[in-house]
Amino acid sequence: MIWNSPAEFFAMGGYGLYVWGSFGACVLFMVAEPIMAARRHKQILRTLRRARIAEDLDKEAK
Amino acid sequence: MSNRLINWFKFASPQSFYPLAGKMIPWFWALTAVFGIAGLWLSFFVAPTDAVQGEGYRIIFIHVPASWMSMFIYLVMAAWAGLGLALNTRLSGMMAQALAPTGALMAFLSLWTGALWGKPMWGAWWVWDARLTSELILFFLYIGFIALQAAIDDPRRADKAGAILALVGVVNIPIIYFSVKWWNTLHQGASVSLTKSPSMAQTMLWGMLLMALAFWMYSIAVALMRVRAIILERETHTEWVKELEAVKR
Repeated sequence: MIWNSPAEFFAMGGYGLYVWGSFGACVLFMVAEPIMAARRHKQILRTLRRARIAEDLDKEAK
Repeated sequence: MSNRLINWFKFASPQSFYPLAGKMIPWFWALTAVFGIAGLWLSFFVAPTDAVQGEGYRIIFIHVPASWMSMFIYLVMAAWAGLGLALNTRLSGMMAQALAPTGALMAFLSLWTGALWGKPMWGAWWVWDARLTSELILFFLYIGFIALQAAIDDPRRADKAGAILALVGVVNIPIIYFSVKWWNTLHQGASVSLTKSPSMAQTMLWGMLLMALAFWMYSIAVALMRVRAIILERETHTEWVKELEAVKR
């Protein structure tokens, strides 16, 4: 193991800000992007479901 | 009726691709996790400290994969866009549209991690160096592609306009790739090339390659998720969408 303590690991030999700033941004965006894509999919499914219900109600009214 | 049958067997139709993509997504997420965990383990616990840059060099494990993906996704996006332009297939434009935001993200991450690496090593967040500037242009090409498509209401026309922009922008990719050779740049040369053995420790190289694979699988997974939403958005009025289980429920 190259790290003697967790503190040493997080300090990254004095480059903590730069290393964790890079990996942190990656994690943040790579978690947010799939959530946004999943939301977009759910949104369009909801719209489609509503349109179908409206269509069914139209048919019943006639 | 005959038309419907032909369409059903055509792999590239949105109707058959939609469920196929749905089945593939979990597999690509699983691969992302496997490669990602292995890659991160190597990056942080196996790869030794760099003799010159200390621990700061560890940014390479996401900087290089993000940069590679930003270029590769652009080529794939332009290929889909060109295919759509040439053959007028419906799915092509949707694929190009689904890839653009992921490509833009990769270009952004490449610039972001590059800035955070440049500051401690070069003493500057940003320099107008050929490599950095051409990568910034790539980011703007993605943004331009997204904005252009968003500005045109008719999706088929938006696809055509976007395709032309994407294809013209391809010229930027070799410029990025060879910029470190063609110009005298502050950015270092290629760490990995096809013609000579890599100029880094074996474990560093493996960490980087595993992370690149993880980024690759991630990009496929998230682009497939997005293309599924785009397919439904564009095919709203078709019978097959109305017949989907998720819509009938």
